[in-house]
Amino acid sequence: MTGLDHRLAGAEVIICAGSGGVGKTTTSAAIAMGLAARGRRVAVVTIDPARRLADALGLDELGNDPAPVDPLRFAQAGVTIRGELWAMTLDPKRTFDELIERLAPDAATRDEILGNRIYQQLSGAVAGSQEFTAVAKLYDLHASGRFDALVLDTPPSRNALDFLDAPDRLTGFFEGRALKVFLAPTGIAAKAMGRGTGVVFGVMKRLTGVDLLEDLSVFFRALGGLIDGFRERADGVARLLAAPGTTFLVVTSPEREPAEEAIFFRRKLAEAGMPFGGLIVNRVHRLDADGPLPAPEAVAAELGEELGAKLAAKVARTYGEALTLAERDAAAIERLRAETGDEDPVIVPELDGDVHDVDGLVAVHAHLFAG
Amino acid sequence: MSPRAAALFGHELLVVTGKGGVGKTTVATALGVAAARRGLRTIVAEVSARDDVQRTLGGEEAARDREVELAFGVHHTSIDPDDALRTYLLDQLPSRRLAAAVAGNQVFAYLAAATPGLRELLTIGTVWELTQDERRRAGDEPYDLVILDAPATGHGVAVLGAPHTFARTARVGRIARQAELIDALVTDPARTAVIAVARPEELPVNETIQLRAELEAEVGLPLSLAVVNRVLPDRFTPADARALGAAGAGPAAEIALVRHRRARAQRAQVARLRRRLDCPVVSLQDLLSPALDAAAVRRLAGDLERVL
Repeated sequence: MTGLDHRLAGAEVIICAGSGGVGKTTTSAAIAMGLAARGRRVAVVTIDPARRLADALGLDELGNDPAPVDPLRFAQAGVTIRGELWAMTLDPKRTFDELIERLAPDAATRDEILGNRIYQQLSGAVAGSQEFTAVAKLYDLHASGRFDALVLDTPPSRNALDFLDAPDRLTGFFEGRALKVFLAPTGIAAKAMGRGTGVVFGVMKRLTGVDLLEDLSVFFRALGGLIDGFRERADGVARLLAAPGTTFLVVTSPEREPAEEAIFFRRKLAEAGMPFGGLIVNRVHRLDADGPLPAPEAVAAELGEELGAKLAAKVARTYGEALTLAERDAAAIERLRAETGDEDPVIVPELDGDVHDVDGLVAVHAHLFAG
Repeated sequence: MSPRAAALFGHELLVVTGKGGVGKTTVATALGVAAARRGLRTIVAEVSARDDVQRTLGGEEAARDREVELAFGVHHTSIDPDDALRTYLLDQLPSRRLAAAVAGNQVFAYLAAATPGLRELLTIGTVWELTQDERRRAGDEPYDLVILDAPATGHGVAVLGAPHTFARTARVGRIARQAELIDALVTDPARTAVIAVARPEELPVNETIQLRAELEAEVGLPLSLAVVNRVLPDRFTPADARALGAAGAGPAAEIALVRHRRARAQRAQVARLRRRLDCPVVSLQDLLSPALDAAAVRRLAGDLERVL
């Protein structure tokens, strides 16, 4: 058994990836708490945490910057924080605004971008901006040197892969040819761009109406002054994600779709040359028994005298279902092992009760760091 | 068929949404099977080039940009906004060559990506086309019912709100008129019903309550139905639980007690959802089966018919 203690020794940036609904946020928070308990200065960046988890971490104010978590919260649950635990909830819009503020060459450009309709849409609602701002924030926190370790929860996309792609897509978008097209001072410089572009603008105009095109023109022109800053940032992010102190933990449940997603993500990590720190399988059904498990029929017979035949039969049936689930999950873990190359994934059993409070975090933490 | 089921299947479009991992696709597929069994020509549309429906019901190859018939007579397609954009250009431009040139143009790709809501509009526009009696491709049969397996909650609302936003910002031109047509479909509660899928747990229940408010505020649609998926059967009475606790009857009895506790906690979550929503809330029992295959989906379809 190798718990996370061993796997995360020396890790500075820990990214928890996986598809939605597998307990990524709770896992991220429990990892951060565990590392802080072991004496490190840790910040966890969560994305849209459950209300109760936010309360558990004292994340009630929207700061978009890590705030210290009171160690007393955990002391009562039996965990001593010897280091420091800081936590924040990512505000994508605000992170994006801060980035523009920092990179804009002057106040006029800054205001022009921040007030632009296209920018507002891109920074707020468009899929990918959460992923982009998450790594942007990570990069800033890492560069600040305020923390020994950073734990990043990733956005709840259906495809975990979006996370790896998004920064590239967005920076590529900002750097792309579209930008250059609009850099000419007259705005829509269709003539200068040749006939192909003229047709494109014609089609675009037909699709979207003129107003939108004007907005786009203003947006791209204003962004022109930020290109170098974005490029620098993109390079820095790429270096950070591939750095030796960075590690990706792939979080999944034993269910088919998240498990397939985890296997896919693991493969993509390898292709992208990103460091894989291991697999965490949450919500596993298992039966802890020293010896061989009896068959449900044997259970019914054995309990019949004590509980009566009717109740014994119900118990046996429930026990039989638990056996089936445990077998299903064991098979899923076997497949995950073979496909991800993690021989000894960290297993967190399906826990009783709510995992979104301090006691829940402590319980998850105990399994993550066991062994 | 119950009046409620008849009313639900009488819509042109069912939008199935919910938090990631709650079994949206499973419920959308089961609804598709139930509708097909009623004799409705039904198609389940997945977004973002996913093919989970197909993997469950079986089919020879991925159905991106194609409609294929799967088990139990359910049709399936997988919608990709990029494909939808190409199709749209083909329809709107005078020649195939011009459409291909524009679609392949990088500047165009950037512009399309930067246009607020365009991807969402193309996605829902493709769904709208499926609901039409006159299909765009000659020879394509119309459907009685279209079931959209929508993206995870927040984004699902964005897809439904896109036509309105677009019609307003573009104001004039062909696309504005088309956006208005689509908007008329997805904001009419007589034609479109939104179904939220949840699990009997804290987070999905919270998110479903939130979805109802967002849907009303941003699209003006009520939630028609909430399906709580994978509810554990609880077969133990309080007296049973006491007997099991007193007996100290070993690991099997302990497992039974854990199940009893979990099932009760789940019931409390379902009750909370019922209190907070003003639409019907139905539960689907956890099949506790090793694999989610065609047989399992058929069982769920039967369960849905019973609870609807």
